[in-house]
Amino acid sequence: MKFKKWLKTVKNLGLVPDMLKAQDKIFTNIYGNNSSNLKSSLNRGNWDSTKYLIDKGRDWIIDEMKSSGLRGRGGAGFPTGLKWSFMPKEVKERPHYLVVNADESEPGTCKDREILRHEPHQFIEGCLLASYAMSANACYVYVRGEYVNERYALQKAINEAYDSGLIGKNACKSGWDFDMYVHHGAGAYICGEETALLESLEGKKGMPRLKPPFPANCGLYGCPTTVNNVESIAVAPEILRRGASWFSSLGKPNNTGTKLFCISGHVNTPCNVEEEMGIPLRELLEKHAGGVKGGWDNLLAVIPGGSSVPCLPAEQCQNLSMDFDTLKELKSGLGTAAVIVMDKSTDIVKAIARLSYFYKHESCGQCTPCREGTGWMWRVMDRMAKGNAGVEEIDLLLEVTKQVEGHTICALGDAAAWPIQGLIRHFRPEIENRLKK
Amino acid sequence: MAKKILINGSEFEFEDNLTLIQALEVADVEVPRFCYHEKLSIAGNCRMCLVEVKGAPKPVASCHFSLSDLRPGPNGELPEVYTNTDTVHTARKGAMEFLLVNHPLDCPICDQGGECDLQDQALHYGINKSRYKENKRSVENKNIGPLVKTVMTRCIHCTRCVRFTSEVAGTEELGAIHRGENMEITTYLEKGMTSELQGNVIDLCPVGALTSKPYEFHARPWELNKTESIDVMDGIGSNIRIDSKGSEVMRIIPKYNEDINEEWISDKTRFIWDGLKSQRIDTPYIREDGKLKPVSWNTALDKITGLMKKIEPSKIGCIAGDMVTAEEMFLMKTLLDKIGCHNYDCRQDGSNLTNKYGRSSYIFNPTISGIEDADAIVIIGSNPRMESPVLNARIRKRWLTGQLKVYHIGEDYDLTYDYKHLGTTPESIDVNKMDLKDCNKIIWLVGDDVFLRDDGQDILSIVADCAQETSSIREDWNGLAILHKHASRVAGLDLGFLPKDSTYAAKHMADSNDIELMFLLDADEIKINNKYKVYIGSHGDRGASNADIILPGACYTEKNGFYMNTEGRLQQTNRAVFPPGDAKDNWRIILELSSRIKKSLKYKNLDEIRKDLKKNYPIFNNLNEIAKGEGSSLKILSNRENKPSDNKFINTISDYYLTNPITRSSRIMAECSMQKNNKEIING
Repeated sequence: MKFKKWLKTVKNLGLVPDMLKAQDKIFTNIYGNNSSNLKSSLNRGNWDSTKYLIDKGRDWIIDEMKSSGLRGRGGAGFPTGLKWSFMPKEVKERPHYLVVNADESEPGTCKDREILRHEPHQFIEGCLLASYAMSANACYVYVRGEYVNERYALQKAINEAYDSGLIGKNACKSGWDFDMYVHHGAGAYICGEETALLESLEGKKGMPRLKPPFPANCGLYGCPTTVNNVESIAVAPEILRRGASWFSSLGKPNNTGTKLFCISGHVNTPCNVEEEMGIPLRELLEKHAGGVKGGWDNLLAVIPGGSSVPCLPAEQCQNLSMDFDTLKELKSGLGTAAVIVMDKSTDIVKAIARLSYFYKHESCGQCTPCREGTGWMWRVMDRMAKGNAGVEEIDLLLEVTKQVEGHTICALGDAAAWPIQGLIRHFRPEIENRLKK
Repeated sequence: MAKKILINGSEFEFEDNLTLIQALEVADVEVPRFCYHEKLSIAGNCRMCLVEVKGAPKPVASCHFSLSDLRPGPNGELPEVYTNTDTVHTARKGAMEFLLVNHPLDCPICDQGGECDLQDQALHYGINKSRYKENKRSVENKNIGPLVKTVMTRCIHCTRCVRFTSEVAGTEELGAIHRGENMEITTYLEKGMTSELQGNVIDLCPVGALTSKPYEFHARPWELNKTESIDVMDGIGSNIRIDSKGSEVMRIIPKYNEDINEEWISDKTRFIWDGLKSQRIDTPYIREDGKLKPVSWNTALDKITGLMKKIEPSKIGCIAGDMVTAEEMFLMKTLLDKIGCHNYDCRQDGSNLTNKYGRSSYIFNPTISGIEDADAIVIIGSNPRMESPVLNARIRKRWLTGQLKVYHIGEDYDLTYDYKHLGTTPESIDVNKMDLKDCNKIIWLVGDDVFLRDDGQDILSIVADCAQETSSIREDWNGLAILHKHASRVAGLDLGFLPKDSTYAAKHMADSNDIELMFLLDADEIKINNKYKVYIGSHGDRGASNADIILPGACYTEKNGFYMNTEGRLQQTNRAVFPPGDAKDNWRIILELSSRIKKSLKYKNLDEIRKDLKKNYPIFNNLNEIAKGEGSSLKILSNRENKPSDNKFINTISDYYLTNPITRSSRIMAECSMQKNNKEIING
């Protein structure tokens, strides 16, 4: 079906077509058309009436975030306002901390990178507001080790903000003292897991902690801590300025607002784009990424939310709405909204085998199922990709993924298991054919 | 707070500060585990102890899940925990299979075989056939010293050893490098481990990755006879289990005793066993023309009785060593008293410790487990790490809670915890230099070495005075603590195995010509001049090589005997093996000797000796109990006039691994000593 014809048919399906209006965009400089410096940022509306927002008080900020319906943009989709409200109301003997997870290592994802590069002031303002809402005087930004230029850009912006009194002592003349520190990671994927990140930040080996206690109770240096994704924090100022109702009017119920999608793979123009939640996948690909290479019918599968979510075959992508709940129903997930498109030229088994290798390589080795399971899964996948395995091993592999899933300390075990489960769920005949040859 | 929960459907009530695994243990529900250990921090990484909690999306690791985190159901139902559901079985089976995929399964050649947690649990949770067709991981073995053998391919990464070294031993030597399945446990740059407690990682290792190097391929656990006993290498009397095969001690491992050694023993305790087999005296000897010649028991004993009849009783002396039992000292004392000789001393090192000021002036009054209640400890002239590593670990354990202030007066050491160093001379023992205002339970730890100084009693008097001043000596708490290095010292003081005329102390007897015949009961650390020497002991060490007559005795693994540890706790050793050759129990030797002289002792066996001992010294009545000393007698001590010198405190243990005849006979101890002193180990 041609795109335009298709577009007419989906209007009745409860999807959210039509491009996001320019005035509703939060990240107006995501492509770096303008400078990322303070002056340019001020022109774009950053740091506008920040003091006024702070003056409205903590409860107002948290309530506003709650009613905006913003769900965490780091992958799990936990409501951000709710997370903020978990922090103790008053600061007792332990200080509060805000930690921002900029260790964006999920294959396919590159949205935080653009924010750090081109919209650092929007992000810093978000840090200030979030920190104030949670009574944190200090914020640590854990930047992925490979993001060298990004952390320079961020540090430059932080320095600008300090110099103009936007952060630091009496930030924005609001009476709130706020300090921001950038910490460089060393390139381990697992340090993107919030508790591993805290361990790494404390100078220890980046291995996830056991939960409970959760960071809100016992986080960085044993103090109440909230760990948020860069995007979740960066959208906060705009939500507060424009109001929760504006944000929640966008997207779908329970999946509100706009989101940065990272489109990569077999599309004509891979890109990052801000769009409304619930946009049909096909529209996203056609309008922003120049369509699938060789036309929509050449689509084989899509990984809709970064490497750790199961892939979806072309037939499920037809009328697919890009939001948390729809994708969850299809046993996949929106994750970080990193859409990896694979056309029919793809060797899907080999592709997933490569992801298995990634998880085997990035497993921290702390707990048994992940340490041993990721290696096992990768080895079987590797042989399958080469056609060097028995058909009965498909079931074995599936069972191994089930043995890993849900039995580990952190979610890396799940992340390693899901792509394989997705592959077997949707492409079993493909593997069987290969193994029978 | 008490909390009710349902475990597999039945209701239980626990305190909510427990973790789930502890609660399940109380409820008698078995939970498999590898990484969890009561005495270490919680790692939660083996995933064997997963249980199902109603309402939780995934199975939870029971080792770290606190009961206080259990939430009631939506209508206030009791929280429910299940350990027998399919979910739990699948989870455990899965974890087990994962542990086994890269485990070599070389049980037939593994020393851990037969006492391996992985073996035992694989029996319950394992699958009988491996589904893993890939190549197994292999890991290079590490050389981490002469005591711990590594077969790292067997490692299941439970990190118990890492946690032990960093938490209990306090040396942070082991760690995990790399990540994922390439993770390896090793020391930094494969240096040898230096901790005096490193042997414990062998017990902690749930698989055969860390095993005992000296015990390598010596025996299988099921062929060993297990005898529970106590250790005599230091003053605290760690509880041990002696594993023997035939007539040989094959290894020594700790026995759990919360009051003394918890689950740990020092390396000297553990690896001493090869010293029990070498340099042993197995027949009596008499020195003729300057050379020792083997003789029969009769000849040797006749010769001694002849001498005893000839020599005036006041010219006979006896020195007891550091590892003799209370019965032996009691017997020797009774015998000598009977013939009218009072020249005996249990302080071969020349210590001036005395029982003059009551029992509380020479024991570790606060008790070892009392360290965990203390809020300050003042260490005077002692290096607990060398003198008693296990006790030192207890101090560290308390220090780690952040509730213990540590002050130290003496040489500067690495004690594995931070302390405030106040000085090196007695003059630094000054309450004003310490911040003890808020401290309620203070320990004043005085080292054994202090009493080797001439002013030992003066220093003790100052310390007692400080203790009084800080009200550390009261009804519910007596903070004066003497840390003994020697196993037999406290019993010796209790028995009054001290010369009646104090000028006849060990040193005087050894040097002067007033004594003509000298009995040495296992005493090797003192040089005796110009007299006829009878050595009764087990090892051909310093004492025996200078002796004129040698009577072969038994050592601590070969006899039943009472020992008082530094706390004044009565404990006993049990015979695991028999003494070699013609050697006999020391009490039997003394009895035979007595039967040959006129004033013979009328005991037939050890029980009769013990009966009499208990009658004369009631503190020997309660086994495993501490007979407390009177705090009030310390007043006399603190009021005593004192004039301490300004000499520096020094530590006399020059080499931790070589402190007594058994250690000096041990090849393993020699290797440890060489490693510590950076000397090359010569093979051969």
